[in-house]
Amino acid sequence: MHVPDGFLDATTSLATGAVAVAGVGLALRGARKELDDRTAPMAGLVATFVFSTQMLNFPVAGGTSGHLLGGALAAILVGPWTAVLCVSVVLIVQALLFADGGITALGTNISLMAIVGVLAGWLVFRAIQAVLPKKLALVAPVAVVAAFVSVPVTALAFVGLYGVGGTAPIALDTLLTAMLGWHTLIGIGEAVITGLVVGSVIAVRPDLVYGARRVLKSRELEIRTAEGAAA
Amino acid sequence: MRTRTFVITGIVVALFLAGFVSYYASSHPDGLEYVAEQTGFLDTAEEHDAAGSPLADYATDGVDDARVSGGLAGVVGALVVLVLAGGLAFAVRRRGDSSEEPAEHRQPTGAGKA
Repeated sequence: MHVPDGFLDATTSLATGAVAVAGVGLALRGARKELDDRTAPMAGLVATFVFSTQMLNFPVAGGTSGHLLGGALAAILVGPWTAVLCVSVVLIVQALLFADGGITALGTNISLMAIVGVLAGWLVFRAIQAVLPKKLALVAPVAVVAAFVSVPVTALAFVGLYGVGGTAPIALDTLLTAMLGWHTLIGIGEAVITGLVVGSVIAVRPDLVYGARRVLKSRELEIRTAEGAAA
Repeated sequence: MRTRTFVITGIVVALFLAGFVSYYASSHPDGLEYVAEQTGFLDTAEEHDAAGSPLADYATDGVDDARVSGGLAGVVGALVVLVLAGGLAFAVRRRGDSSEEPAEHRQPTGAGKA
């Protein structure tokens, strides 16, 4: 969903640039709480993985393809603040080295994929997690739903930006229908990849999954209660 | 699995995806590009300022073989992201603070908080 230069006017690009700078600035402070000697290498790995997986466009339907956005995946693996940083680094490298996503559109792309995508994915993940039992087996299925929702939400945000600062006179309802339609399909791919990756990490090292921390904590408490009762 | 083994395995998988599997990715336009084409604003996209980059469009300048050209671009990109994101994470991280460590590593109650 990399926006090229020219889709949005200069004012909107400046505004999204400001949002991106503020968002990344907040993330730099917030990520401090999420990162320590043990989790910092995970952040490098997750960013690298998102970059690599974004190269793997999967066919959708009728001559269209989609690729992982990775915001929900990164948020669940390393925490939302760190995820904003990881996806931002990916987008900056793509724009500067690979001419993928415009340079004046970098703020737009960071706002959409690194901020809206991460936030949508993380909020859906935490909201569902809050009402479900604290079971490790539920982390990957909840991640699937969060990842799925994050893609059409990001598409919706693009349509909103286009409504404010699009450079061509396009009927917004047509754009909305088309963007939501395709990105709901792409969301299925996002959901499958996110579920597979989160499920695999949970299987090997659940303690390295940020989104599983609360679940693991409650499990520790249960064990202690059992020991207390036995003593 | 040790954390170091886990992270190295993950990086190898990521490099394999970017360097090899990417060749088999779909070359159809992505959702946004397709919608832009259908609704008629794809032509508002401007020439990219970094179009002259030696890795522009995930192809390596001067390498003719598509598989090698794309694979090399993918591996270089993945390594650049690894260095930048990993470096940033290490720069931002907390040092010598274990407040987020699992409970069994903490000091007994009271000893830590004076």
